[in-house]
Amino acid sequence: MWELLVQPMEFPFMQHALAAAIISSVVCALLSCWLVLMGWSLMGEAVAHSILPGIVLAHIFGLPMALGAFVFGMLAVLLIGGISGGSTLKHDTSIGVVFTSLFALGLVLISRTPSETHLTHILFGNVLGISQQDLLQTAGLGLATVAVLLALRRSFVLLAFDKVHAHTIGISSGALSILLLALLALTTVTSLQTLGILLVVAMLVVPGATALLLCRRFGQMLAVAATSAAVSALIGVYASYWLDISTGGSIVLAQSGQFALAYLFAPVKGMIPRLRQRRQRPASDRVSPTRPIDTFLDVKDPA
Amino acid sequence: MSTDARPDPARAHTEPAAVVVDRLSAGYPGVRALDEVSITVGSGSICALLGANGSGKSTLFKALLGLHRPTAGTVRLFGHEPSTARRRNQVSYVPQHDQVDTSFPVSVEQVVMMGRYGHMGFTRRARPADQQACDQALEEVGLSELRRRGIGELSGGQRKRAFLARAIAQQAPLMLLDEPFAGVDRGSEELISTVLKTLRDSTGTTVLISTHHLAGVEDLADEVVLLHQRVLAAGLPAEVLTEEQIGRSFGAVLRETG
Repeated sequence: MWELLVQPMEFPFMQHALAAAIISSVVCALLSCWLVLMGWSLMGEAVAHSILPGIVLAHIFGLPMALGAFVFGMLAVLLIGGISGGSTLKHDTSIGVVFTSLFALGLVLISRTPSETHLTHILFGNVLGISQQDLLQTAGLGLATVAVLLALRRSFVLLAFDKVHAHTIGISSGALSILLLALLALTTVTSLQTLGILLVVAMLVVPGATALLLCRRFGQMLAVAATSAAVSALIGVYASYWLDISTGGSIVLAQSGQFALAYLFAPVKGMIPRLRQRRQRPASDRVSPTRPIDTFLDVKDPA
Repeated sequence: MSTDARPDPARAHTEPAAVVVDRLSAGYPGVRALDEVSITVGSGSICALLGANGSGKSTLFKALLGLHRPTAGTVRLFGHEPSTARRRNQVSYVPQHDQVDTSFPVSVEQVVMMGRYGHMGFTRRARPADQQACDQALEEVGLSELRRRGIGELSGGQRKRAFLARAIAQQAPLMLLDEPFAGVDRGSEELISTVLKTLRDSTGTTVLISTHHLAGVEDLADEVVLLHQRVLAAGLPAEVLTEEQIGRSFGAVLRETG
């Protein structure tokens, strides 16, 4: 058993892979707690796909990849906000239009760029090819993101819970939203090399969803999501080494497994406890949970 | 009801009124919600904004909070623009029925503590004074025992009281309550009325209530404004709430909903 755990770590590339996987997935997991509560699960997907042209352009012009990614991530966020605010289209519609368009632009650019193999790593991740420099960048950006998230965690919870109250006490929900989206763009960039665009989306939703099923307080949610993500990274990296399977895929499958367990067995919110409770209670007692009404805030603040 | 809590005419000249709405018009594409509405609410009084659904109460509240841009006219809260008043923590707001996600992972106490965020620093970390204001607000609305419950585990009336506690903890000089008696049980309704009167008498808080319920308004409010796109009548409850006024202005609508 000891052999199983130690032997892979004799290779530096495995050490880097494990460290980078744990860092990325924990940062994504913390962020996912807010995204799930904000109803922004799809924003992760939108940003993750929209940064592709930024990465290709950065590659073409020899600029840092993170810079190109971040610029296009923010561009996507602002376009989505602008389109849904400036038309009668719903939010998910503008998300769908913006991210597919930008992703398509990325694909077209890739097809005309010489070193295609390198860029496809960004689509599917290349956790085993992480250099020490990549690792340091991942750690640095991750640490900065976590620091901001934790320092402002109460304000972000207020933003997710009650935008009108935030507005009433003079907190700009627009500025907070943009900051949260900027952190999302930054985190996506951080996680790119570990998992690739396609799987970052999962990391930005699944741990938060699992934690929401298990927890009754936001503080607990952060702890559960981070732990679940770190454990998944461990399982995924070792599984990929011993079974010779995709690392990113293994990490996400480990997270999905935990989600499935939480969905079935979570105390109170799990399916099985709920079914059991329903059988004990008459139908008239059942309460249907209401969703937050945000329509109030769609009106722009003239101030 | 103590009479000395009424706005003092001598003071009214030196201090700006809590709410001054001057010829305010507002609406949505194709709909005129407010038409040249002028209202003045004196400091330290309870004012009921009475009107049927669709009378423009919600739009007026949004304009007071700076959530809706009027097409004409001005709003002043304590002599300031709404945005300035908000930054100075002069306005608190108790939302209409359930605008909350009942599955949201926060406790009652955490919700009430959000009322203090305007007093806190950058990280919104509670200081002893914040904890004290929060404890006291919970006590006033009778939710001290339920403070550790999740916000979704409360009944409709209890949840309303939790949001009232959040507004009390905020200690703003002006409190706006959107339909505080809608979907609330009898006990909570009486408790809310009592709490608002106590708040006015002990701290001089100005309270503005929007409601379409006639019942209880005469007992609670110092001033009543009858609204239906325009101000139909305003003044003391006894003057405004005559059968003739109400019949003239609302007729069938109020009888249906009230």
